[in-house]
Amino acid sequence: MFVISSLCFLQVIWDIIGNQQFCSFKVKTKSQSFCRNEYNLTGLCNRSSCPLANSQYATIREEKGQCFLYMKVIERAAFPSKMWEKVKLSKNYEKALEQIDENLIYWPRFIRHKCKQRFTKITQYLIRMRKLVLKRQRKLVPLSRKVEQREKRKEEKALIAAQLDNAIEKELLERLKQGTYGDIYNFPVHAFDKALEQQDEESESESEEEEEEEDEEEEEEDVGKREFVAEEEVEESDLSDFEDMNKLRTSSDEEEEDEEESSEEEEEEEEEMEVEMKASKSKGKSPANGSVVRKKRAYVEIEYEQETEPTSKSRTTS
Amino acid sequence: IQDNKGKKKKNKKPKKKETVSEKGNGEGSGAEQKEEAKAEKSEAATAFPPTFSVSEIKNKQRRHLMFMKLKQEKRQQKMQLKKKKKKEREALGDKAPPKEVPKTIENQRVYDETTVDPEDEEVAFDEGTDEFSAYFNGLTNPKVLITTSDRPRGRTVRFCEQLATVIPNAHVYYRRGLALKRIIPQCVARNFTYLMVINEDRKVPNGMVLCHLPDGPTAHFKMSSVRLRKEMKRRGKDPTEHSPEVILNNFTTRLGHSIGRLLAALFPQDPQFVGRQVATFHNQRDFIFFRFHRYIFKNEKKVGIQELGPRFTLKLRSLQKGTFDSKFGEYEWVLKRHEMDACRRKFQL
Repeated sequence: MFVISSLCFLQVIWDIIGNQQFCSFKVKTKSQSFCRNEYNLTGLCNRSSCPLANSQYATIREEKGQCFLYMKVIERAAFPSKMWEKVKLSKNYEKALEQIDENLIYWPRFIRHKCKQRFTKITQYLIRMRKLVLKRQRKLVPLSRKVEQREKRKEEKALIAAQLDNAIEKELLERLKQGTYGDIYNFPVHAFDKALEQQDEESESESEEEEEEEDEEEEEEDVGKREFVAEEEVEESDLSDFEDMNKLRTSSDEEEEDEEESSEEEEEEEEEMEVEMKASKSKGKSPANGSVVRKKRAYVEIEYEQETEPTSKSRTTS
Repeated sequence: IQDNKGKKKKNKKPKKKETVSEKGNGEGSGAEQKEEAKAEKSEAATAFPPTFSVSEIKNKQRRHLMFMKLKQEKRQQKMQLKKKKKKEREALGDKAPPKEVPKTIENQRVYDETTVDPEDEEVAFDEGTDEFSAYFNGLTNPKVLITTSDRPRGRTVRFCEQLATVIPNAHVYYRRGLALKRIIPQCVARNFTYLMVINEDRKVPNGMVLCHLPDGPTAHFKMSSVRLRKEMKRRGKDPTEHSPEVILNNFTTRLGHSIGRLLAALFPQDPQFVGRQVATFHNQRDFIFFRFHRYIFKNEKKVGIQELGPRFTLKLRSLQKGTFDSKFGEYEWVLKRHEMDACRRKFQL
């Protein structure tokens, strides 16, 4: 009677929680039901896997990398606090398997087999965890939406303020003027003439003082460098400039004109490179070009210098 | 203002009446009551103009209309003011005071004490002896290794390829889960000068780590608005193999200078002008815009540019001395958002 009742009560339990009424550990899905009890061996909700409906049960659980074998026997069913016997398994895989066998020696085959399977799985995932820690971890940095939106807007405004196309074009034109491109482009002649015409109307008195200095410098330069481009064009422009000069100039300048006529020089670029450390200041890829030879006309050169100074200043500050 | 408001209300009353009548006779009595209530309200409102504000009107449509009228008034006043000023200016003729320059963020920028003076000797000396001096003296040629974070998506891969065409002597390598600290000695052994890692998030490149190799500084940027070549409008043909020129704009402070040198050293020292290509790093309000163009001089006053390659914007997050070592490296500069975003007129680069 006693034995029958003991077995019977388990069956009754299973009848209640398994099929008909409610079990709080049960999770039902369309195809299968699972058991969320921590001591469950397989994780499924079965008559043979339910720790509540089996008086003799065993599981493997791990805590902080250490595996334990838990056993429950019917003799201790009356003492819930002492119901589960905990055995520490060795870290060696084979030895642990032997331990399981030894502890569950006369137990049903199903439980023994499932215990070993579970133990194998647990050791495998522990190994993997340890390996992953050694590899590079990906760190997730949380973004704040507000901040990102703010940055995005700032970037848009900065883009508008930057006026990139204009800035790039300006820089390129400046480099052209500075002569970083050397001989490649043949424009400068025309630009120079245009610049001349513009400057003609401006101050001419200042030119007289500086002319003398420049004459000396010019001659030194003449000695050093003499580079010619196309002859004909320059001669024509020379003539035209002479005409202009005759119109506007006073007599004092005509002497200088004569000097200039005598030593022909032709210009390559418009501007002269002043003494600057181009490499470090501009940080552009402008190879330090040799200083360009000036045209012989004193007044032109003077205004030339005036022209260059502001541009050079603007270049260094930008 | 009182009269205006009163007039407006009077204008509205007939309007309201019309709409009500259109609705029908059934609601006639109710509508009339409402109107009376409104009339009372409006009278009360006109009686206290100084404390009146548009937001006190409960009716949304009315409130909206009132607000629009208010705006129109303000605009008219502004126009009148402008006209007056203009007249005064014309009247004065030459003696008129010069036009006021509008305030911009660049104008109002808080003066940064680390702004580099072009003639500063200390800076020049530093730059002569820092990690880039070898490059700027022409001793080393840049060789760039471009890679990505783990498992890059198609967009990032294509971006890396395009970058490799833009930067001469650049090689793209697939990152197979390798640690950067292990890659770096190998790169040094093979004479690479730069290691560039494009970080990716959600299928889009969003960060860049630029590491100058023989124990040079490491800069970490946030990358945004990346545009691949095919997304560009009116773009030209693919960039050729010629070394491009480099333009660096607006790198004023010390930090800006060092970043500028870092970016400039990516490209070979002597550009090939035949190629007519130019790579631009333009700094504006701490955002570095990268563009790649092909230019042509139409005459000495005009140049035409055509955008070729990829474009992106960078924002500096941190600058670390030494090669990549995020834990133990010595940081020269780190973006501290809380401090630095507080003032809108202060920029670091």
